[in-house]
Amino acid sequence: MTLLERLAEAKRTNNLGAMIQAIPYANLLGLEATIVESGELVTTMKFSQHLIGNAQLPAIHGGSIGALLESAAVFELLWRAETIVLPKTITLTVDYLRSAGPRDVHATSVISRRGRRIANVRIEAWQTDRAQPITTAHAIFLVMRD
Amino acid sequence: MADDKVRSNVIRGFTAGIPHNVALGIECTELGESRSTFVLRYDPKLVGNPDTGTIHGGAITALLDGASGAAVFAAITEWRPIATIDLRIDYLRAAVPPRDVNAKAHCYKVTRNVAFVRAVAFHDDEHDPIATSAATFMLGIKTGQKDPPDPPDPPDPPDPPDPIDKS
Repeated sequence: MTLLERLAEAKRTNNLGAMIQAIPYANLLGLEATIVESGELVTTMKFSQHLIGNAQLPAIHGGSIGALLESAAVFELLWRAETIVLPKTITLTVDYLRSAGPRDVHATSVISRRGRRIANVRIEAWQTDRAQPITTAHAIFLVMRD
Repeated sequence: MADDKVRSNVIRGFTAGIPHNVALGIECTELGESRSTFVLRYDPKLVGNPDTGTIHGGAITALLDGASGAAVFAAITEWRPIATIDLRIDYLRAAVPPRDVNAKAHCYKVTRNVAFVRAVAFHDDEHDPIATSAATFMLGIKTGQKDPPDPPDPPDPPDPPDPIDKS
């Protein structure tokens, strides 16, 4: 099954997990996506030791958080879109606000604009307190068919 | 030379000392004169699109973030903890499976508090990049602990001109 076929299946069954499990890198990071009561899509990176980038603090690697943010934005675009195209990342800009401790990280996205060719997405990540985000980011995607 | 020994220890620290780099297959291969060179080994576990076998953009993000941080350590003359303030990545084209991805980072400016770094990810030719990035780092951050553990061995200061490197 292709990724897009898996996505169609995930939409039918209202369960993104099956699609995410087909992405090796998402599994390596321990990504899970759930639709919470408010209808928001929350992507969670389950903590594991191999996410650590600074063993002294300890803190999660900025690169794995970048990957979580990018993935959360892609899941949001795939989940909300009527027509399905795999988004291609053009730029990702991350502001690191706080260091990420050895705990799960959650991320949500807002699609600022989805045009015919370009989609703009804002992403925020937090750990224990949503009011204290550890990173904010924005990403721009190409969303047209090749 | 003692400097070479320190440098090889620091290079090892950026590879084996960082669990996420070990998990992804990211290695530091060269360090010096405000510059770093890293490599990300292709591995099926890094795939973002199982239909094509292309590496996930996130792995490139981790590569560029790590290379950029290392370039800061190669640029400062004494050990100071650093923290990424921001990182912007432009994805120019997909990495070609199953090829490794190289990264070169250059810390081109250090002020009292902030370091500025540019980096590029590529297969063979850095003028044909897969991704480019611009990052800023805060220097001398607090560790947030009362009794911080001993810092790792200090990185070597920027190298004096080395005739071997110039060849």
